[in-house]
Amino acid sequence: MKPAAFEYRKASTVEEAVEQLTQLGDDAKLLAGGQSLVAMMNFRLVRPSALVDVKGILDLQYVEANGEGLKIGALTPHRWIETMEDPGVLEGFSVLKSAARWVGHYPIRTLGTFGGSIAHADPSAEWCMLATLLDAEMVVVGPGGERMIPASDFFQGFFTTALEPDEMIIEVRFPEPAPYAALQEFARRAGDYGIVAAAVALDLQGGECRSARVVLGGVSDVPLRIPEAEQVLEGADIGQEVFKEAGQEAAKVIDPPSDVQGTAEYRRDLAATLIQRALTEAVAKVKEAADAR
Amino acid sequence: MKDTHPIEITVNGRVHEIEVESRRTLADVLRHDLGYTGTHLGCEHGICGACTVLLDGLPVRSCLLFGVQADECEVETVEGLESDGRLNPLQEAFSAHHGLQCGFCTPGFLMLATGFLRENLDPTEEEVREAVSSNLCRCTGYQGIIEAVLDAAGKGGERTETAADETAASETSRNQEESVSVEDVSLSGAGEANQ
Repeated sequence: MKPAAFEYRKASTVEEAVEQLTQLGDDAKLLAGGQSLVAMMNFRLVRPSALVDVKGILDLQYVEANGEGLKIGALTPHRWIETMEDPGVLEGFSVLKSAARWVGHYPIRTLGTFGGSIAHADPSAEWCMLATLLDAEMVVVGPGGERMIPASDFFQGFFTTALEPDEMIIEVRFPEPAPYAALQEFARRAGDYGIVAAAVALDLQGGECRSARVVLGGVSDVPLRIPEAEQVLEGADIGQEVFKEAGQEAAKVIDPPSDVQGTAEYRRDLAATLIQRALTEAVAKVKEAADAR
Repeated sequence: MKDTHPIEITVNGRVHEIEVESRRTLADVLRHDLGYTGTHLGCEHGICGACTVLLDGLPVRSCLLFGVQADECEVETVEGLESDGRLNPLQEAFSAHHGLQCGFCTPGFLMLATGFLRENLDPTEEEVREAVSSNLCRCTGYQGIIEAVLDAAGKGGERTETAADETAASETSRNQEESVSVEDVSLSGAGEANQ
């Protein structure tokens, strides 16, 4: 279908974008890559009265290693992350690059942006899952200035975030490197939204897991941490047996939806399998790092 | 009142200055306002990929972009692939490998593959499969499309020896020598259109 009529404005700075959002009122939306928004407008699922096009704010396209952490400009296209080669970034955050290939299709990744995906807050979106997994913080600018919103407060439900209507995400910060993190998902066609996705991060000491994070996408209205699965892993000797147990524990505690893509039971099975696969991939990185040395 | 904006958009090397309504997608601007009807529209929500064009050299879904966003951009459509009435090596390969049947999805696949092969001159079959998964085809079962893209990239593929195939084969070997001739062909075609 065709989208409903709207007023189009272009902003060339963050200040201008926020000013226009404030002026245009609550029905105005920011337009970044538009790869989710325009599809929803074509379906008339959303009918914003005005769009403020921020794609031209080129200063917000960057991936920067920052001491221990990583800063990603909100308007960085997915494709940049998929093709990044900087060893300083990849050392601690290779999970971003390997997860990027799951983000939409190739022609979606050329236009879609990191911050746009976070603001859209689809609970099965890879960047939203990794933000939750790695305790990212969203740097947000509104009429009152800048503030930081931790991922645990940011995602509030399906397509619902802590962003105010006149605020804009300018950066996403990952505080600490996560060398042993991985994301796995399953979709019927490569590039479609995952039916279920699992992301894990491990802190390993020799063969023992000191702490673990497990996040599932596609099973709830937000990217969901699974403390029960994390507890199985913490203090355990890593290996397929404990990975399987962590997956099974997660499958027990989640309450996923049933829809045309699959039943709740199917999603539980997928969750267990994908957690096990993601853990296997994360641990393989330990071996890769050791071999590299 | 309609919200309209003047834009300057370069399509296959030819500059167009037009006034577009903000709600008009790039696909509709190309088809209805500029007459580039080679760009097809299937689903209009970013799933099928029939409307894929190149925007500043990269493949995008022209149904997920408003025409007004393409102001001052270079767009390449399927019309820009041939030169002097001759198909380019990628198009020849689609023909030789039965990479199309009804043809509706073909412009999208050709533009997807054009962008893909510019970034990846020597792709593996797996990489081609992943790229091709972006678009939908309901006739071919994809195998012919994958073989065509691999062939155009200079990676062989199964062929039968017919006259048409020999032409395609010589086109393909020329493509290998010039390495980025897909781009060259479209740019030279663009230059002529400009004059």
